[in-house]
This record gives sequence, structure tokens and C-alpha cells, in this order.
Amino acid sequence: MSEPSRTGDSAVRIALLYPELLGTYGDGGNATIVAQRLRWRGIPADIIEVTADDAIPASCDLYVLGGGEDGPQVEASRRLAAGGVLAGRVADGAVVFAVCAGMQLVGNAFPGADGESVPGLGILDCTTERTGEPRAVGELLVEADPSLGLGVDPSGTNGPMQLTGFENHAGRTRVGRRARPLGRVVAGVGNGSIGTDTRGQATEGAVATDARVVGTYLHGPALARNPALADLLARWVVGGDLPALDPERAGIDAESELLRAERLAAVRAGNLDGVLHRTWRDRLLGRN
Amino acid sequence: MSQRPPGAPPARLDPPPARIRPLARAALGTAAAVSALSRRVGLGSGSVIGGQVAVFAHRRLLAQLCDGRRVVLVSGTNGKSTTNHFLAAALATRGPVATNADGANMDAGMVVALGAEPDAANATLECDELWLPQVLRQVGPAVVTLLNLSRDQLDRTQEVRSIADGWRRALATLPTRAVVANADDPLVVWAASGALEGPGAGRVVWVGTGTWWTLDAAGCPACGGRIDFSDDDWACRDCSFVRPTPTYALVDDGLRTPTGDVLPLDLALPGRANRANAAMATAAAAELDVDPATAVAALSAVEDIAGRYRTAAVHGRPVRLLLAKNPAGWREALQMVDRSDAPAVVSINARIADGRDPSWLWDVPFEQLRGRFVVACGERRHDLAVRLAYAEVDHACAASLTEAVAMVAGRRDGTEATGAIDVIGNYTAVQDHLAEVDR
Repeated sequence: MSEPSRTGDSAVRIALLYPELLGTYGDGGNATIVAQRLRWRGIPADIIEVTADDAIPASCDLYVLGGGEDGPQVEASRRLAAGGVLAGRVADGAVVFAVCAGMQLVGNAFPGADGESVPGLGILDCTTERTGEPRAVGELLVEADPSLGLGVDPSGTNGPMQLTGFENHAGRTRVGRRARPLGRVVAGVGNGSIGTDTRGQATEGAVATDARVVGTYLHGPALARNPALADLLARWVVGGDLPALDPERAGIDAESELLRAERLAAVRAGNLDGVLHRTWRDRLLGRN
Repeated sequence: MSQRPPGAPPARLDPPPARIRPLARAALGTAAAVSALSRRVGLGSGSVIGGQVAVFAHRRLLAQLCDGRRVVLVSGTNGKSTTNHFLAAALATRGPVATNADGANMDAGMVVALGAEPDAANATLECDELWLPQVLRQVGPAVVTLLNLSRDQLDRTQEVRSIADGWRRALATLPTRAVVANADDPLVVWAASGALEGPGAGRVVWVGTGTWWTLDAAGCPACGGRIDFSDDDWACRDCSFVRPTPTYALVDDGLRTPTGDVLPLDLALPGRANRANAAMATAAAAELDVDPATAVAALSAVEDIAGRYRTAAVHGRPVRLLLAKNPAGWREALQMVDRSDAPAVVSINARIADGRDPSWLWDVPFEQLRGRFVVACGERRHDLAVRLAYAEVDHACAASLTEAVAMVAGRRDGTEATGAIDVIGNYTAVQDHLAEVDR
């Protein structure tokens, strides 16, 4: 996995997988964000939108998956598994960034619409189950695993990078031996009750230890609120350090930090717990 | 107050002396008192809380207030208020109309609107899309107008399909004279087709509106297959579910009516979405015997929808407020403002009424604003600012509408200094901004 997946001077190719099935939560923005951050460093990047009818392109450097509802998630998993293209690309060193339903389906197994266990792609060692706990909906704050190299938090605490996002999922996720959590939960649910680490601490997301696959429950989209994570994926794709941002675009980091700081402050101010506030709409729909 | 002895059922009352029966009148009287109290203590306009009291006091109130009237219900994700205002204008050509013009679109708001116009023979009511089946059960409407369905709030996405199924079930089991439905939204067509199977099997008037929101409709509601969209048609590739042939249709130079005439649409309100709303309202009004040309003339003059689209002023500078609650609405709003290169203001909050996750900003093509100066406003302006940055739109942040308008004014040159500044905001953001405009 030390080899960069990309060769030559051609543009970085980013596949946005099945936006019509896994595009429910705005996560398609993650592809845009990586592409723009590469372009603003002078590295050309193309986004290829891959619908469920298309063959999965075998030539991409980064594959991005987003969140979606139960039915589309099962359908997406079935189609992605066909031919084993994605697993093959991961074995060749390509990068996968998968959010929410996307993370669940690249794992070993996840719950289908009726709670039955559906096999996933098995390219990230994590398993999602339904535990009967309430749906996790709300702000999610995560202290990233320092060994990922996301750097120190820019807010001045000198602590590990804090990742912020919005979670919205029913399943809980256990991280296997060939993966480690993306970080530990500071506020919110994340991987939840079955995803605690050896110290009993709640964890969030999963990062493969033998491949370049990252899964997370963070929406927002995740990379809009956490540019350090976007740049980690970009470094993996280009196989080394990134050139500086074009000075005309460098303001993005300050703006992203304003957003991140505002969200961190909102979470710290409280009342943004991970429990769904039921409204009359939820009652009418029989949702819990 | 009621003269009947306690415990006697309302059915034994003498025929009502007026349109509104005593019990209903008592309930409305209590509601009026509560509304007045609510206003006095500064809790708002008071109509919703008053209506809630009335509904609580008298459970069959909505049904009774609709009894004997011809009622049009208007529902859908986007365009309810505008279409309802259009319909009210069209129906007003035939006499008094009861309508919930303030957008209070659950039973409480409807009750207040109907109670305020006891003698109106016609009523047009916008109805929250989730409440529609319940309201249909209480009210035997003359016409149900179904506009569109798209995802509204990200923490509630599964909803869109459940709503379509709920509409379909209700229309299949309840008598309705006519359904006026958007032929270009597959979920609406699926729901409206329920009426064709029902015992009351009215008719469905299909309206070709040319409004495409395909992100939530890619899966066929009939079979789960895939729907293919082309420029002016759609069809499921796996089953027989296809676009119905419209009776009314928007064409380049206006609205084509069943007679084949094309009525020019010169609306005071901007945008493609409002042309679609006008087409729907005209078709619905025709079901209550308003001639389409008369309806179009009446609704073309509508220019203020409960403050939305209203041109107001902030410290003397004119602004035009546009409400956009979800990706489909934002696409339409961006299209409404794309006639100029003038600076604009965009504003979002993420309170419970808005949906607490504003990730949907990434489903809105803000890239269309490239070349313009845009001020991001509202409680989640930093989310907007980051979105605009990645869209490569020149922008700044402002903490209030007043500050945003000052920034825009500072960027304008002399040629464009006269027009109103476009302000697009989501639900609670627009509410906040309405409090900032000059009175």
C-alpha cells in the first residue's frame, strides 16, 4: 500500500458511485471537494458520475460513495459486488471514501430494509447491525486517530484533529481486526454501542489497515467540514505531499475553519444530542 | 354559545340558522379569544394557536365548515402557497373565497380560514402533504390539486415515497370529484392514478408543467424499476408506467388549454416554477367553472405570496425575498434570479423546521451564480460560504440581512443600482429576514 495508485501525469480520476442510489444526503459534494482541492494545487482532476446501469470504471484513483436509504443501499451493494471491480481496484491501491450507507455496504455485512443481514463488499473490515437502539440523528464530533496524520486541531488546543459532521443512521458498526476506527466519539453516537474500543470508548468510522479505504458516518458533507480529511485522501491518491494551494484559492482553508469552529462551538454549547426529536411528521409516518 | 342541553349529539340540533352551526361557532369564538390573547402577549399572529383550540374543542369542525361548499385542496412539496393564492384569485372572479392565505396549512389553519369567510361558497386550501390523506377523509373536496413531490428535509428523506403511497391509498378509497395532477412528476402521477381506481373514481386532469426533478423519481413507484427522462417525456423502462397525455400543457408561448387555444402567460411572479403553478391553478379553477382565460387574467396579477416574492426595503434599499426550502426549490429560485449579473444574497438556517442537516446545499447548483457577487447570510452562512467557495463564486458573509444588503449596495455600480436585490432563503431564514424589512 505504499505504492501510489496513480501513474504518469494524467488527471486524477474520481468516480462518484451511484449518485441516484447513494446521493440522498448531499455526499456527492465530497467528490467535488477533493477535485477542487487538487485543481487548486495545479493537479488536474476529473469526476466521473457512475450510475447503477454503468460498468464501474477500472481506471479511477478515488471512488466516492454516499448515504442512501435501505432499499437503494441493498441494490447498490448488489450491483457494486458484480464483477468484483471495486475490490480489485482496492487491491491495486485505489482509494475509497464511503459515507454512512456507503460505509456499511463496503463492510462485511449490513442490515437490509427488514433488518436481515445483507452481505457487503468486504473491502473494509467492519460489520453493521441493528441493535434496537433509536436512530442516531444529530451533530457528531470525533477526535481523529492521531496516527492517520491529519495533524493537530487548528483551533489552538494542540490536541488531535477534531472531525465534525451530522449523523443520520439506524445501524451500529463493529470495527474488525483489519481496520481501525477513524476516531473516538466526543459527541454523538458514531459506531455506537457495538463499536466501542478496548477501553470502552465509543468510536466512529473505520479505516482499513491493509488498504486505502475510509468509512465514516459524517455527513455535511464530511470533506466540506473537514478539509484535512480531504487532503489525506488527496495525498493517498497522488502518492505524496501536495503542492500549496493557488494563493487566489487559499482562503478556502480559513473559511472551512470558520465553519468547523462554528460547528464545534454549537456542539459544545450542548442541546445537539444524537437522539432524534420526534415531530408530528415522524408520528404520522410511524417513524421512531 | 350553544343552546343545546349537555350531552345531546349535534345531529339533533335544529337546522342551523346560519352557515356555521352553533357548536362550530362556539369553538370558533373560543379560538378567536385565544388568538387575541396570543397576539396580545406577543406570541405571533395567533391564528394557528386559535385554530388548534377550535379543532380541539370540536373534532368535526373542519368537516362541518366545508359542508355545502366547493373546496379545492392544494398539496405538494413546492408551490402550495403560490398555487393556492393563484386559485383564490381565479375563484374570486365568481364571488367570495375562503382561503388559508397565510400558509397555515394544517387543520387548525384551515379552520380559521373557513371560519373567517362563513358565506363563501368556494374555498381553496393549501394542505401540508403529510396531512392530505387525513384532510381528504374529513373534507369531500371538489378538486384535489397535486403539484409535485421532492425531498424536503434530509433527516426525513424516506418520506417522499411514503407520501406518494399515502396519497394514492387515500385517493383510491375516498370519493373525490376531480384530481388535477402534474403529469411531469412520476410520484404525483403514481399517487393521482389512485383516484382512477377508487369507488368515487372521479377524473384526473393531467397538466404538463415541464417541471423536472428527477433525483427523487429515478426509481419507478409502480415496479421499482428505472425511469428514463427525456426532454419532454418520461417512461419506466421495466413496466407500463408512462407519462400520461396532458389535458393542459405549458408550451413556449403560454398555456395550452383543452380547446387547443394557447393563453399567453404574463405573470407578475417570476420563474418557470410559477408558470407551472399557474397552469395547475388554471386547470383546477376550470373544474369549478372558471373559464381558463378568466383564471389566467386573475392570477397573472398576483404578486405577493404572504411576504414571499415581496419587494420590500431594508433601510430604504429594495430587496425581493424568494423562499426556497429544498434542492428542487433552490434550483427554481436560482433560475428565477439568473436574468441578471447583479449581486445577490443567499441565506439559510438549519432549525428543526428547516431540517437540521444542510448537506443538501451540495445538491444545489450554486455554480450558476459564478460571475456574480453573493453574500451568504443566516445562521448557517459558513456552510453556504464553503459551498460558494468550492463553486468558485465570489462571496462574503454577513451576520444579518441589513449587513448583507449594505455589502451588496457597496458592490453595485450605477447601472444596476435601481433594481431590487434578490434574497433567496430557506424557511426560518426568510421569516427572520421579514422581521428586518422596513415597515
